[in-house]
Amino acid sequence: MTNGGDGVLTAPSRVDDPVDADWVERYSVPSREVYRRTLTELAEADPRVFCLDTDMGGLEDGFAERLPDQYVNVGIAEMNLMGVSAGLAAGGLLPYANTLSGFAATRACEALKVDIAGNDLPVRVVVTHGGASSGHYGPTHHALDDIAIVRTMPNMTVVVPCDAAETERAVRATAGLEGPLFLRLGRGATPVIGDASAEFTLGRARLLREGGDVTIVATGPHPVHMAVEAARALAERGVSARVLDMHTVKPLDRSALVDAARETAGIVTVEDHLVVGGLGAAVCEAVSAEHPCPVRRVGVPDAYLDFVADERDLLVHAGVSPERIEREALEVARL
Amino acid sequence: MTTHDDVAYRVRERVLDMGATPNGAHIGGSLSCADILTVLYRDVLRVRPEQPEWPDRDRFVLSKGHASAALYAVLAEFGFLPEEELATYGAYGSRLAGHPLRRLPGVEFPTGSLGHGLSLAAGAALAARRTGGRARAFALLGDGELQEGSVWEAAMFAGHQGLANLVAIVDRNGLQITGSTEECVGLEPLADRWRSFGWSVIQVDGHDPEALREHLTALPAERGRPTVLLARTVKGKGVPMFEDKKKSHSVQLTRRLHKRALFGLRKVTV
Repeated sequence: MTNGGDGVLTAPSRVDDPVDADWVERYSVPSREVYRRTLTELAEADPRVFCLDTDMGGLEDGFAERLPDQYVNVGIAEMNLMGVSAGLAAGGLLPYANTLSGFAATRACEALKVDIAGNDLPVRVVVTHGGASSGHYGPTHHALDDIAIVRTMPNMTVVVPCDAAETERAVRATAGLEGPLFLRLGRGATPVIGDASAEFTLGRARLLREGGDVTIVATGPHPVHMAVEAARALAERGVSARVLDMHTVKPLDRSALVDAARETAGIVTVEDHLVVGGLGAAVCEAVSAEHPCPVRRVGVPDAYLDFVADERDLLVHAGVSPERIEREALEVARL
Repeated sequence: MTTHDDVAYRVRERVLDMGATPNGAHIGGSLSCADILTVLYRDVLRVRPEQPEWPDRDRFVLSKGHASAALYAVLAEFGFLPEEELATYGAYGSRLAGHPLRRLPGVEFPTGSLGHGLSLAAGAALAARRTGGRARAFALLGDGELQEGSVWEAAMFAGHQGLANLVAIVDRNGLQITGSTEECVGLEPLADRWRSFGWSVIQVDGHDPEALREHLTALPAERGRPTVLLARTVKGKGVPMFEDKKKSHSVQLTRRLHKRALFGLRKVTV
């Protein structure tokens, strides 16, 4: 089992693979739990770290009790969350502003744009319930347009980890970021991908599987997991698919994409997001200028998911599945 | 020594000059807060024009960013900007936009979209409290702006947190674009509203420099509470053709009107 990146062959693990079972268990939890644990460590090491909550449930990390001077609960008020965070950052602190993705990207969009991105302030907006991860909570809680919205904001870095382990790496790797960050997490536990030796480089795609026929570029927990599943199925059919975990949606790893466009028949993008404006769109923007190639976008079509299902079933229903990825990849490989 | 009236007069004169440029200016709301801004910069704010990023400076946020003309005039008056730069207002390549840009010395946060400034100032106040700094935070809000819900999110938060180093000043000129605030979406009883959000409320004549100075140099008004000054003002104050007129909100002055406005200002002041 080796770490992806720089052409090193990678065979990603599944939860059931016999690799470092303790490590897998440690990260078989919701990403947000690992994030909060990591944040507490960062805050203990750096007094500038400041945690802002918005009356969120499901948090029993004890941050407020352990570090009361580095904590405030602003209540159910996301506009104010963004403004106060901007004010704190301008005053020399490193605020971690926590809310749900839909509330950050849409309800508080203007404050995020004007006060945080507009001032290039080091506010870390860390959101949960990204994509369809709020499942049965319904469309008010789904965030299928968040990436499209926040990636239009100049200065903003947008990171979508694929699992709890990558979340921890991402939180550490962005701790010193000078500008604003939008870190998009899900809600429940998702499969662990890769192993303990994986590294995280901001702005560089993580190579999960080498391949020469077609490239699958995915972002987000289920999409990356489905991409790996599809690549395995493709291998059985004799098609070699490269898999890139595009954890940093902005700034996008253009060179990895141009390499994919040059070296393989084309690209299939996978995201738990509308096909409009998200990763697929960003990939099209990147390759169209430098090395146009066929790009198939697997994502949620132009629709709200107004029925009840869990996260994965919602995505499958919307057309985001390993089978769909496999089909699109086969077609691209045969073009 | 330069008196308040001298400074405020020049500020108003420059607001009218900016109003005579091709894009015009938000004259009415600039004139209504001219005395407040003058008192703040002359007597209250601990800021250093020669060192605008001095860490312990008081943070001032012009939440009613459309009053940029008055802010520019005051910043020039107190040495943050070269006097002659005012002539570039609204012109190609200028730093003086219709709403303040962050790149301008003395501007902490760009504003223009209403309802942002109080949260920003609350964050700045909280940062000072957390770091043990001496900085205080001041936000100047329009009264029509108080119709934005985010103002009350911030007010509720600051009151709950007891941010005693936070001061809001409401330029209560009573008019918004379409007319009286009370006819649009009424704000009264405004003092009761702020008080019920946990603020110490002071009602003051926003054109009385002595009264403004007295309150703004005795802060916080109550221990452990943020302070709000509800400053009664007149939109277009100092220029008879604009006083208490909603049409003064955003005006592009022709050469003839500019002359008439300056003449009116001189007459009122004398």
